Amino acid sequence: MLSFLEVFRFRRRDSPLHRLDPRVKALYLLVMSVISIVYYSLAAMFMIFVSTIPLIAVAKVYREWIRSLRGALFLASMIVFINMLAGYLSGGFSLTMEVVSYAFSMGLRFLAFTSVFSIFFLTTTPEDLSLALEKLGVPYDYCFAFTSAIRFVPDLALEIQTVIDAQRSRGLELEKGNIIRRIRNYIPILIPVFIRSFTRSIELAEAMEARGYGASEKRTSIYELYMKRSDYTIASILLCILALSILLRIYANWY
Amino acid sequence: MSIVSIENLWFKYRGSDNWVLRDVSLKVDRGEFIVITGRSGCGKTTLCRCFNGLIPHFYEGELKGSITVAGLDVTETPVSRMASIVGMVFQNPSSQLFMLTVERDVAFGPENLGVPRDEILRRIDWALNMLGISDLRFRAPHELSGGQQQRVAIAAILAMQPQIIVLDEPTAYLDPYTSLSIFNLLKDLNSKLGLTVILVEHKLELASSLADRIIVMDEGRIVVEDDPREVFMKDLSVYGVKPPSIPRLFLKLMSHGFRFKRVPLTVEEAAEIFREVHLKVDRS
Amino acid sequence: MIEVRNVYFTYPGGVEALRNVNLTIDRGEFTAIMGENGAGKTTLIKMFNGLLKPSRGCVLVDGIDTREASVAELSRKVGIVFQNPEHQLFAETIEEEIAFALRNFGFPEDEIARRIDSILRFTGLEKYKGSSPFMLSGGEKKRLALASILVFDPDYLVLDEPTIGQDPEQKDKLLQFLVEVNRRGKTVIMVTHDVEFVAECKPRVILMRRGEIIADGSADKILADEDLMRSTSLLPPQISVFASKLNLHRPGCTILNVDDAFRILVGLYVGG
Repeated sequence: MLSFLEVFRFRRRDSPLHRLDPRVKALYLLVMSVISIVYYSLAAMFMIFVSTIPLIAVAKVYREWIRSLRGALFLASMIVFINMLAGYLSGGFSLTMEVVSYAFSMGLRFLAFTSVFSIFFLTTTPEDLSLALEKLGVPYDYCFAFTSAIRFVPDLALEIQTVIDAQRSRGLELEKGNIIRRIRNYIPILIPVFIRSFTRSIELAEAMEARGYGASEKRTSIYELYMKRSDYTIASILLCILALSILLRIYANWY
Repeated sequence: MSIVSIENLWFKYRGSDNWVLRDVSLKVDRGEFIVITGRSGCGKTTLCRCFNGLIPHFYEGELKGSITVAGLDVTETPVSRMASIVGMVFQNPSSQLFMLTVERDVAFGPENLGVPRDEILRRIDWALNMLGISDLRFRAPHELSGGQQQRVAIAAILAMQPQIIVLDEPTAYLDPYTSLSIFNLLKDLNSKLGLTVILVEHKLELASSLADRIIVMDEGRIVVEDDPREVFMKDLSVYGVKPPSIPRLFLKLMSHGFRFKRVPLTVEEAAEIFREVHLKVDRS
Repeated sequence: MIEVRNVYFTYPGGVEALRNVNLTIDRGEFTAIMGENGAGKTTLIKMFNGLLKPSRGCVLVDGIDTREASVAELSRKVGIVFQNPEHQLFAETIEEEIAFALRNFGFPEDEIARRIDSILRFTGLEKYKGSSPFMLSGGEKKRLALASILVFDPDYLVLDEPTIGQDPEQKDKLLQFLVEVNRRGKTVIMVTHDVEFVAECKPRVILMRRGEIIADGSADKILADEDLMRSTSLLPPQISVFASKLNLHRPGCTILNVDDAFRILVGLYVGG
């Protein structure tokens, strides 16, 4: 399950996708997400999924992608199973081809989403990501919240481990007992972590104020994001694909 | 010319019955290096928060008296405006670094102040250089040691070009050698840039020889305020303060009949004084 | 007895934190583990109660191999008080907080009540019995953390940086407390970089640097060695440096703290 989350970690490679402006990659994410939702046939989902493969190859993140898919496979099969169950029960206890096909396309949609998102996160640094948000016009307060959340993830992980160590040193045994006992055993872990996080946010707020946060309406930024010709080209292509897909869906009733 | 002028200050936090600061009056001259000390709970941290407006704007409560910093009435000036005059460094190194790289953290303050881009980049170069951490420019804060993180925090403050820097136990989590290097760095900034330094510390061993004045607080009041050598001649145990070992030794010797010209602060001074005494004893 | 035999430890990320560490701590000892931040001190003490198992080599606590015992089992013998009390406080009352370890270790209820009262008295926290742990001051929280470990009477008491954030008065009290606890037969092991503190109580000193033990002996021998101390980001006690400058150290009679220096100087100029 945890390997599924590994998808969301940047890998430094020398590839055109890594060099692409993060805003264009965000556009890619948006376009593919919209198409994946607007279309629902097994064939469409399959095409979307397959379309990501050459991109993975170009980005040279094949191994990480495979690992993320393996993690996603479990959830995808759950989705297939639940959809089949729902279709079976509501379709008068019969399993039609239609129900099966729909269930599989839902599962495949999930895999397609995973693939698309992994392209984005594997090729974009958190810094670029937060920069993209700023340049896209997201209010700075939210950009800051996003960036600092990412910044503190390693600290939080370390803190959770420290709390676990401290409580285990007082005899807390996390592996023992039935399901109810195990959940209760996490209370001495969760409470200190919550409180520490709360304390830390106050320390953070204090430090931010002390560094002039909110001093000026016009906040400057030392970073600029410059779109190259290739970025504009790809963005246009993406928008054309989006427009085409929607038109075909509406007027040619493709699905 | 006083850059900080606090007169008859009383403060209690909202929701509390206790006055944490009681009738505090303090003047700090431009370019001074002040050390504030006292037992836990004496009000040192609360006093720090008054210099840059965290009190009363961030920490609300009841305030009596006046706080004037660089000619501004702190109670009427927002914290963000005070930030360009008074920089503050906190105890916990990692809670004051919020960005994903050192460069962005040092840029954060000037960006907030609306400083033009080129100017910010120049200031970053300068600040990182002043602190000897130019090689850490693109590193992530969680990869750095505590000492490195505090240096980044100080650089981030310097980039805002304040006139005063206030530090609340900045070396609490740092080992002795690193602590000493931070104090020496502060002394450097004080003498080279004329930066007024207000340092709250327990580690008097390392910090007191750098101070122009030591201020001892107890139960919300300033009880002793003087040149370090004078301060340590007084009985501070009632305030929960222990002089560094060198002055302590000499005071003990003096109370047993030894006579010295003055009470030394550093090892060098102590050795020198003792050599003189030794010579005297030889002659008799 | 805690035995560390040829221990190597590498964290999952690849960082080698301990390299060929060999060490024996007998019952009843008073030991300080010192060194720069990142030297491996905290990693080493986590080996004592099994939180971390050696990548190579073994650690034996009273003859039990830590790789073959649970953390709970080992913690019963080796009580570790971590640096930041806020990483462990969670209960509604101080009483509950202290009872936590006792309940985990299966103490009977009547004994739990007895022990809580006793430890609250011993650490001076009786008046807070029914209060919330979060209402305490920083120093009091540290005392509470200490109480919550001492209450189950571990044979070995291990403290990770007990003096951080404490004022001189609190440190003196802590010193007296630890000396008393040690006098009553408990093995006290503290990880610290507070040289002046160690100069006062003069325990056995184990000096670490980059995952290795670079010195192991009496405080007298190690603290006065300037070069050795500096190599691991520590400063020798100021009194010791002063004594060196005046050539006052004698073999078997190193001067580390104010009392040492006072005695010697008075002896030199009054007695002699």
